[in-house]
Amino acid sequence: MSVLIFVDQTENHIKKASYEVLTYGAQVAKQMGTTAEALVLGTVNDDLASLGKYGITKVHQVANESLNHVDTQLYAKVIAEAVTASGANVLIFSHNQTGKAVAARVAARLKAGIVTGACALPDTSNGFVVRKTVFSGKAFANISINSPVRIISLNPNSYQTVAGEGTAEVSALNVAVDASKVKITAVNKVSGEVPLTEADIVVSGGRGLKGPENWGILLDLAKELHAATACSRPVGDAHWRPHHEHVGQTGVQIAPNLYIALGISGAIQHLAGVNRSKVIVVINKDPEAPFFKAADYGIVGDLFEVVPKLTEEIHKMKAS
Amino acid sequence: MKILVCISKTPDTTSKIAFTDGNKKFDETGVQWIINPYDEWYSLVRAIELKEKDAAVTIHLVTVGGADCDPIIRKALALGGDEAIRVNSDSTDSYFIAAQIAEVAKKGGYDLIFTGKEAIDYNGASIGGMVAELVDIPYVSLATLFELNGTTATITREIEGGEEVAEVSLPVVVSCQKGVAEQRIPNMRGIMAARTKPLQVVEPVAADTLTSVVNFELPPAKAGVKLVDADNVAELVRLLHEEAKVI
Ligand SMILES: Cc1cc2nc3c(=O)[nH]c(=O)nc-3n(C[C@H](O)[C@H](O)[C@H](O)COP(=O)(O)OP(=O)(O)OC[C@H]3O[C@@H](n4cnc5c(N)ncnc54)[C@H](O)[C@@H]3O)c2cc1C
Repeated sequence: MSVLIFVDQTENHIKKASYEVLTYGAQVAKQMGTTAEALVLGTVNDDLASLGKYGITKVHQVANESLNHVDTQLYAKVIAEAVTASGANVLIFSHNQTGKAVAARVAARLKAGIVTGACALPDTSNGFVVRKTVFSGKAFANISINSPVRIISLNPNSYQTVAGEGTAEVSALNVAVDASKVKITAVNKVSGEVPLTEADIVVSGGRGLKGPENWGILLDLAKELHAATACSRPVGDAHWRPHHEHVGQTGVQIAPNLYIALGISGAIQHLAGVNRSKVIVVINKDPEAPFFKAADYGIVGDLFEVVPKLTEEIHKMKAS
Repeated sequence: MKILVCISKTPDTTSKIAFTDGNKKFDETGVQWIINPYDEWYSLVRAIELKEKDAAVTIHLVTVGGADCDPIIRKALALGGDEAIRVNSDSTDSYFIAAQIAEVAKKGGYDLIFTGKEAIDYNGASIGGMVAELVDIPYVSLATLFELNGTTATITREIEGGEEVAEVSLPVVVSCQKGVAEQRIPNMRGIMAARTKPLQVVEPVAADTLTSVVNFELPPAKAGVKLVDADNVAELVRLLHEEAKVI
């Protein structure tokens, strides 16, 4: 019995979302009176022993280069074997792009019940009940997993990462890796930008910005805050911004610490993608905009005047 | 070329979310039902586009649900599917549902299986990967572009902070999202034709149910917005820094 945590990597580095699930998984293990172990696929340059800082006792690594890209078929096979080899009865993923691609496939292979999009620690006092967001953040469901092996994928930004002291034992896991049937022919990363689902702060723009040529003030604010940028659906549809920035019920769902909405009315479908944010700031010239009802702080005013001032004030605050 | 499109029924995006039966069931009172937007706008429409380019393509729709799904299936057929299969079960367990779809998929010998990236009610994002595993074929998730060249699919998929382009030989399961196609409205001819298209109802095969819903909860209401004067932006910065501690 143990808790196994899948560690997601990109370009040979462990992703931020992985530290969150490591902390979370270690807590699940503690709660169940067992150990937390980690699984790393592919070649990674980071110091794996240091994952001990997150409460991990052992790191299993399948250091095979063909696992540096996610092929769900290969991953499912390798992860399922690692679960069996390590004797884990709980497996944890981040519900990020990799988790969404792989976790359910592993579940089907192991015939293990899965809850995706978990947002809290499981209740293990009587059975195994996991809380998750449903209806795109408009409600929660508590789901009981009734199989011997249980799988959770945790919504990014829903658990506080804590690093302490400790060193993990690193052990190579020998698993045969099949040839991939999926050939990756190009990878296009938007360099220098903070990935939206991992960002602590997100600055988002709606139709109130009037046109793509006006995005400069939003980008300046985002830069000052080291924030990722997002937009409402009509903005993505009109190609004012790339469609991967579209947040909402039919776009990306995010839960940053701070979400700043500029010229967005706050339609129910938009809120569904952002209402798990810890703090919401709305800047809108219409005092009746529905977004104010979902906001923590707001300014009723013209964003073209307010936003440059806001950037300037933040700059001053940081300098002082 | 045979395409299987997975369709699920979800509440309209503006539905009031409430629960009954001691918070154990979704309250369906007054709820308008729609085809899950990801299934409709992206996977179904892309399948229809492929059929428009190549008349040899047939499109089958599959849903797992009760008779109350039939209007949704008819609407999907009005947009363009050739025939539909409904597996008669109310299960909400993703493994059980995926096992049903996998059974349909194996029997039908499909070249391509499309799902939406997730259903907007339970947000599981699980069915595509599970079906792919049960059928034992590749799965490419979160597609934003899908092109077909003979029996090779070229798929652009979302990854963290960007995208990658994958090439894969059919058969494959693909989960679709924005970018793959554009929303369409069914026309009168399609609606008329849909009435007589075959909708086959089959009973579920035996499969395990691995999860069960204990109850639902609504999030606590927000305390209310603190408004700051537009001439006093510095005050907002102070509040965010000192009170909310987020910057
Ligand atoms: C099935 C379905 C799914 C959908 N999914 C999504 C989704 O995932 N995400 C999403 O965002 N939308 C979604 N929508 C669309 C949604 O209903 C709204 O239409 C959309 O969010 C509105 O975008 P907006 O707020 O940018 O534009 P608008 O509603 O036009 O609002 C613009 C706002 O800017 C303000 N404004 C204008 N000028 C200024 C100024 N100078 N200074 C300050 N404020 C100003 C206005 O007061 C207004 O409130 C969906 C709709 C449907 C039907």
